[in-house]
Amino acid sequence: MNRKLYDKLIFDLSCPGRRGYDMPRRLYDDIELPDAVLRQQAPALPEVDEPTLVRHYTNQSTNNFGVDTGFYPLGSCTMKYNPKINESLGADPVIAALHPAQPASTVQGALKLYRMLENMLSEIGGMAEFTLNPFAGAHGELTGLMVIHAYHDSRGDSARTRVIVPDSAHGTNPASAMIAGYEVIEVKSLADGTVDVDDLRSKLDETVAAVMMTNPNTTGMFEKNIPAIADAVHAAGALLYYDGANLNPMLGVARPGDMGFDVMHINLHKTFSTPHGGGGPGAGPVGVRKGLEEFLPSPRIRRRGDGSLYVEQTSDTALGRVSSWFGNYTVFIKAFAYILAMGADGLAMAGKLATLNANYVMNALKDVYLLPVPGPCKHEFVFDGLADKSTGVTTLNVAKRLLDLGFHAPTIYFPLLFHESLMIEPTESESRETLDVFIAAMRQIAREAAETPDLVKSAPHDTPAVHPDDTEAALHPKVKFSDL
Amino acid sequence: MIYYLPTHEYARVEGNTAYIGISKYAAEQLGNVVYVDMPEMDDDVNAGEEFGAIESVKAASDLFSPVSGAVIEINEELIDNPRLINEDPETHWIIKVEMNNTAELEGLLTPEAYAQVCANEKH
Repeated sequence: MNRKLYDKLIFDLSCPGRRGYDMPRRLYDDIELPDAVLRQQAPALPEVDEPTLVRHYTNQSTNNFGVDTGFYPLGSCTMKYNPKINESLGADPVIAALHPAQPASTVQGALKLYRMLENMLSEIGGMAEFTLNPFAGAHGELTGLMVIHAYHDSRGDSARTRVIVPDSAHGTNPASAMIAGYEVIEVKSLADGTVDVDDLRSKLDETVAAVMMTNPNTTGMFEKNIPAIADAVHAAGALLYYDGANLNPMLGVARPGDMGFDVMHINLHKTFSTPHGGGGPGAGPVGVRKGLEEFLPSPRIRRRGDGSLYVEQTSDTALGRVSSWFGNYTVFIKAFAYILAMGADGLAMAGKLATLNANYVMNALKDVYLLPVPGPCKHEFVFDGLADKSTGVTTLNVAKRLLDLGFHAPTIYFPLLFHESLMIEPTESESRETLDVFIAAMRQIAREAAETPDLVKSAPHDTPAVHPDDTEAALHPKVKFSDL
Repeated sequence: MIYYLPTHEYARVEGNTAYIGISKYAAEQLGNVVYVDMPEMDDDVNAGEEFGAIESVKAASDLFSPVSGAVIEINEELIDNPRLINEDPETHWIIKVEMNNTAELEGLLTPEAYAQVCANEKH
């Protein structure tokens, strides 16, 4: 790598009087605004010419590392490639210029696409109905728990105040349950990473509203006891929630609905190739089994007798609204395009290739990294640091050294089941050649840890930013230009 | 006398007062501490129950109290400088508790028994 850090802010380049663009002033000459709403002071905007502006953002963009830059094995995040055709379809003015308050008669096509995507996700998840309204995975979890609450409430079953979450779960699970007003009860994992069914059974009673599970779980293992778990949960009158974080390997192979799950969410930005985080907004559609459809949040898109579609703004049984409109519509376009491009066979192949890739990497490294849960794994796996603990080289050091070698770091120190967790998820997007280069880099680091441990402990050496003080940054964050 | 919980909190006991913090092993495992969520003065804490939380650059963990009683002091130094816990977690206690049931101490781990807990976790 060895790139120089471009660390300027646009304000550093500002020069009084410079302009990159002239506003057509006369357009606004006739508009009079009351003094009370006018600024007293001009805003502190940067003043730069166009070439300076373009160079600034182009240089800044080179500080980034994304799936378009290189291999991004960030476990639990499913950093698969985001096809470019998705972006052009999502940005098409025919879609991007729609307004959510437009009369339904003028957007029949857009509403139809929305319904089709709901139906596709229902088919993939084995659910009766989906809503696309939630804005992200955690928002989907909260919505799903609100559906569960509305269900129990509708039966007058108000004594259910607790939600059970395995200790291997993503942190969003207990957080969502707390925000939904539930007390969180933890259930243990066994040595093989799967849920301890006896521990779970001992905690199930008439106060439990739901059990939240991720399958495959965060160690990459399929929960083989899921039918027994589903039976026990249902016998106790509770519902079983599926966190779709790890849906990728299940695509077209197994369906949460068939496993006995009642409510689920899907992260379109993981499984369905739409961008993560800063790359674009997320979407966390929620699906429910038959009998729970009426509790899904408003608005819903419905069909009239004549076949035309309309927007049902409210309903007596729905839990209310979780979004002002319909969710992040352009994200749906991207996921829809991905599903159509892949087809049913392609989707089923994606999950299998993701699983094959993960097992390939795991088997090529398990002699030098400690594998606490023996495989085969599904789409991802977890090492508990290096096999040789005598060198003092930690998972953090390994992750930083990987940056020198041109890779994004895997997820580290999660799941919390192991002290030195290093979680690798290659996804189906990567070629065997890319995986081989990554494996060679990981083996090189293991060698360096034994021969020149200080080289690994002092990594990274070649990244634009070398050793940021993350503790100080967390303690005293500087988030404004004026703080610098 | 110092006693431990398997969840890595200690209680250093002087008379009826217990200074509660986290063990050296826990501080090493957590990495640099960035925030300590503490109870308020006069709050009651219960043996084996949560009394706060600790956040590091790696993880956030609940804090469990080894003893029952009333909080008579919180370590205010930790508000501005939580990193003191990494420097010496056994000097920089988190809360000071006036115990109301010293018999509870019998159920806690001795330093030797706690060392065994840590040794087992490393494997």
